[in-house]
Amino acid sequence: MSASLNILGELSYWQQTGIRVGAGLAAVLLIAGTLVYLHLFKLVSFMQSRLGPMEAGPFGSLQLLAEVGKFLQKEDIFPRKADRFVFAAAPFVVLMSTFLLVVVVPGGPDAWFIDTELGIYLAMAVSSVSVIGILMAGWGSASKYSMLGGLRATGQLIAYELPLILAVIGVVIQAGTMNMQGIVFAQAEGSIFGWGGIGNPYILTQGVAFLIFMVAMQAELTQAPFDMPIAESELVSGYMTEYSGMRFLLFFIGEFATAGVFSAIAAVLFLGGWSVPGIDPNDNIMNVLGPVVMLVKIVGLTFVVFWARFTFPRFREDQLQRLAWKVLIPLALANIVVTGILKVAF
Amino acid sequence: MGLVPGLIKGLGVTGGTMLRTIFPDGWKKPIPNPVKGAETVQYPHEKEAPPARARGVIALHEENCTACMLCARECPDWCIYIEGHKEKAPPRRAGGKPRKVNAIDRFDIDFALCMFCGICVDVCPFDALFWSPEYEFSEPRIADLLHDKSRLSEWMETVPEFEPYEAGSEAKVKKVPAT
Amino acid sequence: MERAVSDAALSNREQLSYIAAQAADARVNVELETEGMTLNIGPQHPATHGTLRIIAKLDGEQVVAVDPVMGYMHRGYEKLAEVRTYPQVTTLINRIDWVGSFANEVPFILTAERLMEVEAPPRAQWIRTILFEMSRIANITLFLGDMGLQVGAVTPAFFAFRDREHVLNLIESATGGRFHPNFDRIGGIKDDLPAGWITETRRVMKKMRKYCDEIEILVEGNEIFQARTRGIGVIPANIGLSYGLSGANIRGSGVDWDVRRDNPCGMVHNETDWKVWTHPDGDSFARFWVRLQETRESTRIIDQLLDNIPSGPIMAKVPRIIKVPAGEAYVETENPLGVMGYYVISKGELVPYRVKIRSASFNNISITPWLLKGVYVPDIITILASLYFILGDIDR
Repeated sequence: MSASLNILGELSYWQQTGIRVGAGLAAVLLIAGTLVYLHLFKLVSFMQSRLGPMEAGPFGSLQLLAEVGKFLQKEDIFPRKADRFVFAAAPFVVLMSTFLLVVVVPGGPDAWFIDTELGIYLAMAVSSVSVIGILMAGWGSASKYSMLGGLRATGQLIAYELPLILAVIGVVIQAGTMNMQGIVFAQAEGSIFGWGGIGNPYILTQGVAFLIFMVAMQAELTQAPFDMPIAESELVSGYMTEYSGMRFLLFFIGEFATAGVFSAIAAVLFLGGWSVPGIDPNDNIMNVLGPVVMLVKIVGLTFVVFWARFTFPRFREDQLQRLAWKVLIPLALANIVVTGILKVAF
Repeated sequence: MGLVPGLIKGLGVTGGTMLRTIFPDGWKKPIPNPVKGAETVQYPHEKEAPPARARGVIALHEENCTACMLCARECPDWCIYIEGHKEKAPPRRAGGKPRKVNAIDRFDIDFALCMFCGICVDVCPFDALFWSPEYEFSEPRIADLLHDKSRLSEWMETVPEFEPYEAGSEAKVKKVPAT
Repeated sequence: MERAVSDAALSNREQLSYIAAQAADARVNVELETEGMTLNIGPQHPATHGTLRIIAKLDGEQVVAVDPVMGYMHRGYEKLAEVRTYPQVTTLINRIDWVGSFANEVPFILTAERLMEVEAPPRAQWIRTILFEMSRIANITLFLGDMGLQVGAVTPAFFAFRDREHVLNLIESATGGRFHPNFDRIGGIKDDLPAGWITETRRVMKKMRKYCDEIEILVEGNEIFQARTRGIGVIPANIGLSYGLSGANIRGSGVDWDVRRDNPCGMVHNETDWKVWTHPDGDSFARFWVRLQETRESTRIIDQLLDNIPSGPIMAKVPRIIKVPAGEAYVETENPLGVMGYYVISKGELVPYRVKIRSASFNNISITPWLLKGVYVPDIITILASLYFILGDIDR
């Protein structure tokens, strides 16, 4: 095991980058595909007493491939008054922010894309880029519905960036570092009042921050109950209304890929990332087991996200904004104060 | 509502439905079997049988029909086409006069126009039309939805027997004539 | 754009473009004061129950004026009825409110029976009332799930369709048709109930009560739903009555009026012990709540009616060919959507001379221009969903 990893270290720069790019693409797309099948097609169908797709492949497992094929052969429609460059570039901007986000997520003690001291700071900064993409989509579609959707999205996403970041600061204070690997090790090697059995997953001490992060994450993904930008019964599809074919598929995949990546970040911050209680985090086996553990945690967190999405009705935008500014931000600030005090006291 | 906020209870409803769909046999047999637990009937692999009175398609019992034209007149869509002629049938008793009876040449029902209301079946004085619960007769061409005399007689095989009525009813159960 | 050049130095074309650019600049400065946007909701739209077009003048996200445009589904029922015999008209009017199937036929048949001075035998009246309440359950359960859908929750709609199937199967096993029963006849009903129907109905009514409990937890108890519907679309009682609202819409504003109790003719609701539900608030939540309670009440009415269903014939003595004597009559009943009435003028022939249909939804949405002033765009959808109309009922 260690021999093969040493070989990897001796590859040239471009070969290493090639592997990283390939692994990044696989990490995003495979996770998106798994989440779409498992959650969107199957689990929510069971919540609604129905079976979901069953014809394509055994138990409908190849349905996503069938959908990709269907979208690829559709006509690429440009509305006549649409701003062609803005309209065409919007899905790529949204997807690009997801790929940039996945590079900070570690998969094992040596399986990472980049290992920088900026870590979570870089992630939060990059996640704001998708707001521009959505606004481009809303404006470039030259349609009143899309414009409404784009404007609603901008207001909502900017408002919920703040609770997201403030919730993360509590974790950073407790871990003492912004480096994602450092946060994982701090949880894996930590102890609760002296007992090191399960390490120190920050969900126990930062429970309030975890809840704020999950709510803000739901809003960042524009999932119900925060899906005003896509409000299906009013705006048909919001900023995505005029898109068809491959571009719509890019938005669709982007939505699920972002859900997966944000859940990965939440798993790293609060659930201990790729570490498993009982196995030494420096062990080489974690390079293989780590991504599997991450996948399990991602599936668990996204299940909660989609469970809430398919159960709750949606907020109106002024109620949304009130929730963000008047409830979540004060809570997050209080959490930071308490964490700081306790960190210094103990 | 009590102490548990409505949001959590709502999650409980959907989560409970999901568990009941995946494990339809409850705690006793925790084997995932969503095909049995879900309400979906996977047509065309499995089919639900419609009730006996379901109005699927109309069947014609040719021997009873006398081309009286009542059904064609009462149809709201005028989708029944009847042509008949009079012919001489042998006398009932030996040595009597030959009788004039109506015979039908053409009895078509256009199911592309039919409203499936059942007025024709109700007004027929000779009990020549019956409802059958068969519903799978869709055609690639609209013209094929015009069922002629022979096809309508074929539907008679699918007509179920009339069911007995509830207690307290004074109606008599009719009989479907044997084909 | 300032250019200090003389006209002589510019060619003709440059001169014109220079003047046009100056004019465009001037226009932009005036146009920064934006006027409102006109949003066209429908006729094809996921939120309106059919082809209703709403022209909304917006100022940002607030509505300034609303203009509903209907008629996209006008099928000409009243004209068709002038050239159809009474059984044929009964067949057609099944399709006015296609969700509450049987309830459409009943007021017309009662009007014709009043003109013919014929009364259906007791067993027929009982079965008529049971099927009438069953069509109310089928209709309102769809509303309960659909209101959740309009507000954003997708799951209640699936529960609605899943549990409605049981009621539709019951109607099908008795009448032959799920959505268009065509079961009422002048003087009684077409056929008697099949064996085992009463036990099956009791079982289904228990299931419907459980469905109502589920909706109560999933939708009504949900804080987000309450935040979306409480205080939205408040209709004061006097304004509602002056616009001709009826049914649960007006009972949600506190008016205690139900045709089943106050003006029954031909149906036997008052043989059972039942209650009319009202709510004082008058907002969208009140209308939802009233309909939820009404569904439960309907299941209890059916259970009581099944307990003491009389035996006897199901058809009074009427001639084979029905010629209704000359005269005019109007009968209205409490349909699931509101109050529905038929005004029939007969000249003694096979066909009616004139049939005027008073449909509930037409009056229910007449209040929308008044009601939707000053609300936000998402609230338009909530209010329209809570008024609950079916396009076939509006346009006939």
